[in-house]
Amino acid sequence: MDLNLTSEEMQFRGELRSWLTANVPADWAERREDSLESRFEYLRAWQRKLYEGGWAGVSWPKQYGGRGANLMQQVIFWQEMALATAPPMANTLGLGLIGPTIIAFGTESQKTRYLAKILSAEEIWCQGFSEPNAGSDLASLQTEARLDGNFYVVNGQKTWNSYGWIADWCELVVRTDPNLPKHKGLTVLLVDMRSPGISVRPLRQITGESEFAEVSFRDVRVPVENVVGSVNQGWDVAIGTLMHERGTFGAGLQITFRRNMERLIELAGQLRRNGKSAAEDPLIRQKLAQCYAEIEVMRWNQMRAFSRISATGVPGPEGSIQKIFWSELNQRLQQVAQELLGPFGQLAGSSEHSVDKGTWAYGYLRSRGNTIEAGTSEIQRNIIGHFVLGLPRSY
Amino acid sequence: MQFGLNESQKILKENARQFFAGECPMTHVRQLAESKQPYDPSLWSKMAAQGYTGIIFPEKYDGLGLGTVELILLMEEAGRALLPGPFWSTVALAGAVIDAIASDAQKTRYLARICRGEARSTLALLEATASWDLADAKLVATNGRLTGEKLFVLDADVADFVVVATQSGVFLVEAQAPGLSITPMPALDLTRNFHAVQFHNTPAEKLGDEANLVHALDVATAALVAEMVGGMQRVLDLTVDYAKMRKQFGKPIGTFQAVQHQCADMYLETESSRSAAYYAAWALAHDAPDAATATSIAKMYASDACRAVGNHAIQVHGGNGFAWENDLHLYYRRAKASETMLGDATFHRERIARLVIDCVPSAAGSNDRSSR
Repeated sequence: MDLNLTSEEMQFRGELRSWLTANVPADWAERREDSLESRFEYLRAWQRKLYEGGWAGVSWPKQYGGRGANLMQQVIFWQEMALATAPPMANTLGLGLIGPTIIAFGTESQKTRYLAKILSAEEIWCQGFSEPNAGSDLASLQTEARLDGNFYVVNGQKTWNSYGWIADWCELVVRTDPNLPKHKGLTVLLVDMRSPGISVRPLRQITGESEFAEVSFRDVRVPVENVVGSVNQGWDVAIGTLMHERGTFGAGLQITFRRNMERLIELAGQLRRNGKSAAEDPLIRQKLAQCYAEIEVMRWNQMRAFSRISATGVPGPEGSIQKIFWSELNQRLQQVAQELLGPFGQLAGSSEHSVDKGTWAYGYLRSRGNTIEAGTSEIQRNIIGHFVLGLPRSY
Repeated sequence: MQFGLNESQKILKENARQFFAGECPMTHVRQLAESKQPYDPSLWSKMAAQGYTGIIFPEKYDGLGLGTVELILLMEEAGRALLPGPFWSTVALAGAVIDAIASDAQKTRYLARICRGEARSTLALLEATASWDLADAKLVATNGRLTGEKLFVLDADVADFVVVATQSGVFLVEAQAPGLSITPMPALDLTRNFHAVQFHNTPAEKLGDEANLVHALDVATAALVAEMVGGMQRVLDLTVDYAKMRKQFGKPIGTFQAVQHQCADMYLETESSRSAAYYAAWALAHDAPDAATATSIAKMYASDACRAVGNHAIQVHGGNGFAWENDLHLYYRRAKASETMLGDATFHRERIARLVIDCVPSAAGSNDRSSR
């Protein structure tokens, strides 16, 4: 056990840190009230800069334009991005999920066609997984693709597509054989979002903004060469994608939580409770200490999980607890922030009295999605029950 | 960075697991508990022969000279086996304190006996105020003699000498010393016993300054957390096995999500406690700047987790979990005793607040275990 960074890891961090210091734009936080489109163009330019600096797709193999970083370097990448308060990248799904899926399952011509433009943010990607009647039970999805010569003809409805409103391409899961058992008849297609028959409607969410979209497909023609992996083997491809969702990205999240925590401690020193500083109030202290502690435990859980993967190549059992841990922790943290801020916690950024431009009001609502997106807490607990503890399947 | 065990650590842990499985099976634990024997002297000799009683102490005192991480791994396995008796109080508590503050001559006299398995010991800290803050201690030391009462002293009845914390230093009292009386305090835990220890003008040898207790108490705390983790792991294993075997409505109850999700929560709490125990051990071993904070986080998290894990375990076991014959209650009892020992979650949250909100300097010099 050695929890210090190796000299190689230190060197990687040093190089990245100096690049970020020179290049991270300072005004992202001020763009909160800008239109979605203008915010998105800002992020696209930022990713382009990372790409030109050689920092887009750090985990991707060098032969596909990535940096070929090992797992610990990826962890350091996300930590340093968070420490530098760098904006997110425009093509989050392309870089984190879809690119790696194409690298793992795609043909050589697919790799040549798509990967470089994912890195440069020239083409933005979304995922077409969830449907109105297929959420946690993803394999029950109904969007169908019928073979017609050299094309699949797609009909159906997808929902909760992140970036669906701006995406150029979509990694779409469709049913190609309705007669097979539900996990067996699925196929993954790469679909041009400008194809005739696609219509996109922004999906307004609890926070009032539209991160997601609903996408409907009516007789959309997709060339057969756009199949990823084998026909009717799409479940394996889709699951491969979802596994990437539980990757090293969480290391950056931990830093963000920690920064939120530090800000709450600072705010506690400015607010008053029962005739004294809120930072001296016993109950507030208990709650802040609890959150602080859990954010540290999150870090230690991650360190163990990452060490296991980098030593053995496979995720250890502790990996499966990460999603539940961070999502439920963030909800508790946001509630503690509300309790600490009292009436100020509700204020929007447009109020001159708002605290931190309304991030706490926003964060309170946004955190409700954390235990739903990327696998609900219930699904995560099923995974632990069945795959880790070996309990019988409940369905 | 590598947060995994190295080969020798893995071997130590595996050997300890096999040792306790062979030498301290549950039938033996039960037999000791029900016959009210505080510990098994022959098991103690075997543990000493393994080097366990001297695991973290220097070789010049016949110890193994290993580090806090190795101690934590051993304690985890002891906790899994629910090892009864004075191992934690002798090695992780009294031994760690003697090692931290006593003179070379005193270590040769006392610590070496612990290492060789010839002596058992404990630390007397708490008084009637139930405060873990030494500033609240009233026991008086005058001219090398102690007068007063300490409560909740673990394993005092089998201690060859008792280490006593007072506001004017840390002392050592031999079991045969005049004016020393020891009275049992029967409590929940049937496998480790509390005692009231009274001192009436009892001769005592000063070991050192109380200011240096903090680090040793943190080592003891981390070791206790590791023991709790071992217990949680065993309780989780028992519960998962039961959920696979027990059938209702024609299928194993582990099929039902209401049961599965309780097991998943037990797993999350056990693994997270383990991460925290290991990190705290590493931080203590390397004098990391966050060692004190990490120790308190580990104890805070595990104190709440071990109670929750026990609650889930009994619930999943249904009526069987409530039965005396089932081993769960023995773990559940130990869990409650460990939860409060050296400060419960509330105590440690306040200590964390002092360290990270008030930014009180940690272990160096001051007794930051204060709850004020």
